[in-house]
Amino acid sequence: MQKVVIIGATSAIAEATARLYAARGAQLFLVARNAARLQDIAADLRVRGSQEVFQATLEVNELHEHARVLDAAWSLLGHVDFALIAHGTLPDQTQCEASVDTAMHEFATNGGSTIALLTAMALRFEAQRTGTIAIISSVAGDRGRQSNYLYGAAKAAVTAFASGLRQRMAKLGVNVLTIKPGFVDTPMTRDFKKGALWAKPEGIARGIVRAADRGRSVVYLPGFWLPIMLIIRHIPEFVFKRIKL
Amino acid sequence: MSDVGQSWGRYPRASQIIVPLSDRHAALPVVSGTLLPYGNGRSYGDSCLNDGGALLHGRHLDRFISFDAQTGVLECEAGVLFSEILDLVVPQGWFLPVTPGTKFVTVGGAIANDVHGKNHHKAGTFGRHVLAFELLRSDGSRRMCSPEQHAEWFAATVGGLGLTGMVTRATIQLRRVAGPWMSCEVHRFGGLDGFFQLSQASDRDFEYTVAWIDCASQGKALGRGIFTRANHAPAHPDSRPNAASSRLRVPLTPPISLINPLSLRAFNTLYYHRQRDGVSHLTTHYEPHFYPLDGIGDWNRIYGPRGFMQYQCVVPPGASFACMEALVKTIAASGQGSFLAVLKQFGDIASPGTLSFPRPGTTLALDFPHRGADTLALLDRLDDIVAAAGGAVYPAKDARMPGKYFKQYFPAWESFSHYIDPKFSSSFWRRVTE
Repeated sequence: MQKVVIIGATSAIAEATARLYAARGAQLFLVARNAARLQDIAADLRVRGSQEVFQATLEVNELHEHARVLDAAWSLLGHVDFALIAHGTLPDQTQCEASVDTAMHEFATNGGSTIALLTAMALRFEAQRTGTIAIISSVAGDRGRQSNYLYGAAKAAVTAFASGLRQRMAKLGVNVLTIKPGFVDTPMTRDFKKGALWAKPEGIARGIVRAADRGRSVVYLPGFWLPIMLIIRHIPEFVFKRIKL
Repeated sequence: MSDVGQSWGRYPRASQIIVPLSDRHAALPVVSGTLLPYGNGRSYGDSCLNDGGALLHGRHLDRFISFDAQTGVLECEAGVLFSEILDLVVPQGWFLPVTPGTKFVTVGGAIANDVHGKNHHKAGTFGRHVLAFELLRSDGSRRMCSPEQHAEWFAATVGGLGLTGMVTRATIQLRRVAGPWMSCEVHRFGGLDGFFQLSQASDRDFEYTVAWIDCASQGKALGRGIFTRANHAPAHPDSRPNAASSRLRVPLTPPISLINPLSLRAFNTLYYHRQRDGVSHLTTHYEPHFYPLDGIGDWNRIYGPRGFMQYQCVVPPGASFACMEALVKTIAASGQGSFLAVLKQFGDIASPGTLSFPRPGTTLALDFPHRGADTLALLDRLDDIVAAAGGAVYPAKDARMPGKYFKQYFPAWESFSHYIDPKFSSSFWRRVTE
């Protein structure tokens, strides 16, 4: 039986991923800010086949609380086969430009808190010498664009941190999986006009589970974002400065 | 997501704000116009549209709440699809108590239209198996409704076309099965009298009965068709259900309808003759038995950009034969026939909703490519026949019935209207009552 920890378990991608593990009968430890929504999701996952669902509430920016929650997860589950860090917000870029406080707060939520969680988790995975740590980064972290570069910068930090952590953990038998979704149709993006590039959280979740099962390092989801980002990363600055992305 | 806000017939088109819901505990959103719950858009006409207003997109209220594998009682949010329920419960020996011809309907939509299936003569409508649901109104009130508790709200909401408020969650009673298999018998009949004889002979011993009729043939072949009757099969230890088969899909809408008088006649004749004289017995998985068209995604696109219209009526037992004959003759003579013509005898189990469509008699369901005035004129002629016989037309499939006939078919509409949420409305409701 798989043992799974999910941080940010009420996010649409995390919930869809949890359903796939529940259908396999996994034991789940769910962490989120909102206890009431967590309660509903836990009930659903039990019906869908999860052997046992534990819940914990956490405000990710209260870094000193991380150890308490992770200790609870490891002591209840024994060990962890799959940990997914999925929490995040979509900051309003113009507000981040107008206010240093907003910018730093959003950077902490999407970047700093994830790095703190990864640091604390790495110690525990290092000790157990098995398992997968998956982090939801974003295609936005591949290159800063004027429309959301605060978010992009936080995700870039996460991507770089995960890359280094992967090198460190590889020889211990622990896989670090960086997930880079493109546009996903979730409550977080409800105000965006949706086009052909938009994916559903269920499809992203299937991609995450497949990548974890296969021990992949970095995945773009859906896969067509790999060539798109390859191009975007290689646009020379003198051109990039003149276009709007 | 691009199809959210369309109905399955792709006619009429409506423009409305779409408000996705993801938390059943939250109050209803405040918008300037009127509201209407929208599930998975499988209603054919305009009963799931709210032109100029807003749709409460409830598909993502898709969480299960509890399931008791001993008693078969399932509680879930209203946006859960029948397909998701089947995936969960069939391996545990349970099945939907009643299912329409597609599994891509939500629980909330099934309640709002009090849907029926091939087992109507045994099980009645879906609403009879709903133990309770929560009704959320725009004033913020929440009522747990059941046949015993807030019974008047229960009766108004079952078959109430989403107008009484938002159903957030529901508890339903499933029925036991040994496995996913069905034992079916298929008979060919040469005319409408053959259908009535087969129905009468089958109603006692078969849980599911339905017939397809050839609507394109006239003269001696008028009303010929194929009758299917089935029961859930005992367990088949040797056979395994097919793994999720890959779904075909109609990738785009062709510029004109692929359904025309020529293709229709050819299809109907071939389909009729594919079945030999006499009876064939077969054991099949429940999917092709209940949901033959669900295997082809977006099949509604074959009718082209103008879409299509469904017409489903029921006529009372006394008038059935003469009335069905008149309907089939009128359709065959028009040359506008339908390749999905379905005939079924409803039983006399009372429907629980004030506005429920199913009632004792014979029901006929057809679809017609939308060819403008000709099609509308044909459906008006069918309405005249149905109304004269004291029958009714199904709102979930309708995009055009005249208000005077709606009021005749559903005489309780006026007492029902007191239960409509003051913030709720639909294109359908405005069309037939204003």
